[in-house]
Amino acid sequence: MNAVLDPIAALGRAALGLIKQAGALALFAMEALSHLVRPPFYWRIFFSSLIETGFFSLPVVALTALFSGAVIALQSYVGFGQYHVQSAIAGIVVLAVTRELGPVLAGLMVAGRVGAAMSAQIGTMRVTDQIDALTTLSTDPMKYLVTPRLLAGTLALPCLVVVADILGVMGGFTVSVAKLGFSPSTYITATLDSLKTMDVVVGLVKAAVFGFLIALLGCYNGYNSRGGAEGVGSATTAAVVGASILLLLFDYLLTDLFFSQ
Amino acid sequence: MSTPPVSTSLGTPKIRIRGLHKAFGSKIVLDGVDLDVEAGTSMVVIGGSGSGKSVLLRCILGLIEPDAGTIEIDGENLLTASRSRQDALRRQIGMLFQNAALFDSMSVGENVAFGIRAKHSDRNGATPSRAQALQMAGDLLKQVGLDPSVGDLSPSELSGGMQKRVGLARAIAGNPNIMFFDEPTTGLDPIMGAVIDGLIVDCVQKLGSTAIAITHDMASAQRIGNRAAMLYRGRLIWQGDASGLMNSGNAMVDQFTHGRREGPITMELRK
Repeated sequence: MNAVLDPIAALGRAALGLIKQAGALALFAMEALSHLVRPPFYWRIFFSSLIETGFFSLPVVALTALFSGAVIALQSYVGFGQYHVQSAIAGIVVLAVTRELGPVLAGLMVAGRVGAAMSAQIGTMRVTDQIDALTTLSTDPMKYLVTPRLLAGTLALPCLVVVADILGVMGGFTVSVAKLGFSPSTYITATLDSLKTMDVVVGLVKAAVFGFLIALLGCYNGYNSRGGAEGVGSATTAAVVGASILLLLFDYLLTDLFFSQ
Repeated sequence: MSTPPVSTSLGTPKIRIRGLHKAFGSKIVLDGVDLDVEAGTSMVVIGGSGSGKSVLLRCILGLIEPDAGTIEIDGENLLTASRSRQDALRRQIGMLFQNAALFDSMSVGENVAFGIRAKHSDRNGATPSRAQALQMAGDLLKQVGLDPSVGDLSPSELSGGMQKRVGLARAIAGNPNIMFFDEPTTGLDPIMGAVIDGLIVDCVQKLGSTAIAITHDMASAQRIGNRAAMLYRGRLIWQGDASGLMNSGNAMVDQFTHGRREGPITMELRK
């Protein structure tokens, strides 16, 4: 009997734990967002997070996008060659980059770089009493540490995705022209014909949501970390893994919302 | 076993704690603590590791919510006051943390300037500019025996004793009339410990503050405090003058202050 019920009980506990975590995360997000409309707002922390998230992530996002665009062009050429539709490569590259690869790859790169750093920084502040010190200095830690980072993440990722979109298309263009023998003007014309405003806008909306989720998971896990260096390490891992999973989940949900018709 | 708090004056104590309880799961950390701290008094709370000293301070600071009891500052119950009133009452408090808790993303000067700006902006006065606050931070650093040029360093470049001094400068930045010290001499050599104790006494006297210090260090306790109390298993088992700490007449206090292995206090295995 137990052999049957035990796994179900374990599943139930896991489900309850997940719901509890989701609730705690939602409350954390709501509290942080409520500080957006209640002064003071810590502009210095916001700008420093914006530079950290946006500017310093540029190289890794740019390289990822460039090579991804190049690979799609190459793979599509091989695959489409079987059906003699190589001319569709430019459209495929721009569609894939603006709708999916730009936001998702930039999001995953930023989750690994910035989400981890946010979690480690706030987690270290937690275990070394720096967050308590903020409270004793009449400074709300949520307002000071979390709210500016959430806003910075939400605004920085769309900017990065604009760069990723451009470089992804350029990667595809470079390979198509230099290696696959496409005419530059033909490729550019095909790209512009396939480019739709809706694709770019939805990609940027996705990026804003991903940026918010990455900052939220980084701050939440860091803020609630316990137990010294090991606790901070676990919080950092949880921030990156959690953000990556949520990012892919929301990617599906947003894609379904905007493109399923 | 518990000694009732003794008021040394007829006025309302600056801090009055009654029946304070706090448990973490099944572990009872504070088990009905009653404590009065008169205005201008420096109260030292001693006790073994895990006896609830830090939790007591954190309850007063609002960093931990107690399960039951009252905490009054100037006769006003912190726990039933409105959020804004709680904040206002707690703004009177300056805190020196055990590890100084300096913000490692800021320079030493910025740490102290942060305290200056945070406390000034509370009081509806003009908040000093960053440059003004940094200049004022230099004066505070001098006050705790550090050269203002230290303000350009990062906290990680300082020794433990220097970090404590900076923590003290940040704590007194808002001219608090209540000060808490969490094991101020832990990790310091005896001479540096004495120096920090001297600075604490000077700062408390200069500001006319009421202070609560928690410590394991008997020499430090006698230097800082004029009143003392001992926590054991979440209860206050003794209160008296700090000068009587080493000869309290209480078997538990005497065992603790003299560091004897034998006596009524036994080490319990952590369950």
